[in-house]
Amino acid sequence: MTSAEPAHAAPHAREKAPPVTAEKPARPARPARPVRKNRDWLHGLLMSTPAVAGLVAFVGVPFGYAVVLSFYNVRLGSPLAPAFFGLEQYRRLFTDPDLSGPFLRALLNNLTFAVVVVPVQTALALGLAILLNRKLKAIGLFRSLFFMPVVFPMALVAVIWRLILARSDQGMLNSALHAVSFGNWGAFDWLGDSATAMASIIVLSVWQGVGFQMVILLAGLQQIPGELYEAAELDRASRWQQFRHVTLPGIRGTLVFVAMLTSVLSFRVFDQVYVLVKGGGLNEDAARTVMYQAVTTAFDQNNVGQASAITVVFFLIVVVLTLIQRRVVRPDNED
Amino acid sequence: MSIHTGLTRTPLRRFLDYAVLSVLAFIFALPVIYLFMGSLKPSDEVLNGLSGFLPTHLSFDNYTAVLDSLNSDSTGYFWRFMGISLLLSFVVVTGGLFINSMAAYGLSRLKWRGRNAVFTLVLLLLLVPFESVAVPLFYMFNDQRNTLFIQAIPFIANAFSVYQFHTFFRSIPPSIEEAARLDGAGPWRTFFAIIVPMSKPAFASVAILTFLIQWGSFLWPVLMVSDPSVRPLPLEMSVFQAQLPPDWGQILAFGVLLVLPVLIVFAFFQRWFVQGVASSAVKG
Repeated sequence: MTSAEPAHAAPHAREKAPPVTAEKPARPARPARPVRKNRDWLHGLLMSTPAVAGLVAFVGVPFGYAVVLSFYNVRLGSPLAPAFFGLEQYRRLFTDPDLSGPFLRALLNNLTFAVVVVPVQTALALGLAILLNRKLKAIGLFRSLFFMPVVFPMALVAVIWRLILARSDQGMLNSALHAVSFGNWGAFDWLGDSATAMASIIVLSVWQGVGFQMVILLAGLQQIPGELYEAAELDRASRWQQFRHVTLPGIRGTLVFVAMLTSVLSFRVFDQVYVLVKGGGLNEDAARTVMYQAVTTAFDQNNVGQASAITVVFFLIVVVLTLIQRRVVRPDNED
Repeated sequence: MSIHTGLTRTPLRRFLDYAVLSVLAFIFALPVIYLFMGSLKPSDEVLNGLSGFLPTHLSFDNYTAVLDSLNSDSTGYFWRFMGISLLLSFVVVTGGLFINSMAAYGLSRLKWRGRNAVFTLVLLLLLVPFESVAVPLFYMFNDQRNTLFIQAIPFIANAFSVYQFHTFFRSIPPSIEEAARLDGAGPWRTFFAIIVPMSKPAFASVAILTFLIQWGSFLWPVLMVSDPSVRPLPLEMSVFQAQLPPDWGQILAFGVLLVLPVLIVFAFFQRWFVQGVASSAVKG
């Protein structure tokens, strides 16, 4: 910052015109100051360089590279030099029946996942946040309990649920259903059946992720002034009316943010699908997602160009969602 | 009756609150209970209907078996996987705290021409999810596969961490730095001696979030690591659970060992954890 001279008023004027003050050598009393001030640009640049260089090298460059690769026919381990392909990879993704089938299926699965997870998980998180926004003894314990699955690596969550949803009649869910249906329920292959494969992924993902949204909403709830509730009570507002007219407006911004964040995160779903397809009997076709498709295309089929095109499409979707999120959230934060 | 304060609650209402919370919490905790219980049971009793929850025949045999069976040569496999995960997390967290906080300071508190452009660049890169650069990175660093280096380096610089630090530093009153500058401290000393010590909450929450993400990191190892000698724990977990025939007791014991470090960190630093998540969102 600028103020080595407290005698001066109007620090803003000086901030905006640093070269003028710096050029005046007629201040022998403080020889060090103008020099140091001039060098702020150097220090600023030096301090930001490692992180910015890392980001450019490992995010910016590879991203540009993805766009370039998507215009070529690049195969790992192929002796042929990559051939320029133009928009062929994209055309194939959307129209070549062999390739577009799985890809469009993956897009559809992602969409299904998001359309179910975003409202369900947000509503569940809101319900939990409201329940936990009370001054009860041991409330902290309950909060950490609901938050706990968030720290579980997805690779592990997938394995636990693989057992719960196991297809044998000894699987946890199947035997529970067997017990409550008085023996009418037998073995059901939750992960393998195309009708329930995606639903299973949704359930375990919501279980793992809901605590995250809950904490964010809880923080939002705690910013609502208590007087609003007191005033509402004086007006004899019922609990439902308080929820509708005090709670919901009070966390509207947070709620929108949470929903948008969840939709971005939900497009990135990969770990649980990969783990369960590779060893858990998950129905591959019914549960493949765009990221799963990109990884298997690059890695199992060595088709890097095609995978890059998938990656670019994936990125465009996420960016659109993120930009909508910023648009929607910004005005609220500025109130 | 106030929803908010709970001060005027009747004992009945309070009882109902606890009852609802306990039932929900129990249902919610079932998978975790199952994990811990199963890890202590003989393998044939894990997948055995609802009795999988019953605490019968509990022992630590699965744990010793995991540590032994993955100890097939002198290197000590399990501890090796664990060590690799710990090492990678350590490098990514400490390296990340260092360079990302420094960059955020340079971008938020020092005035220089072009800093807005650089910060805009960081915000643009924040838009790019790792998933969308995974494939080109994999292609670019194909000759670095199965190295420790490539598992850590891409994750040290982190746009989201820069953003979080940036938000925090901007809330520090300028007068504090001005005083330091008056005393003759340059930007580096001001940063390391004044700003860093007073930003502990920001460092703690960024550290915890980074650790959490790095510890569970899966996509990148899937692409880059095939050699067990440099394999991190979550990837080994997915390999271990796909074995045939599956040994459920051991798989769950492995799972407990995988999650234990984060649970310990979580237990000790919960407050920062939750603050970090919440503040990133409310300010985001």
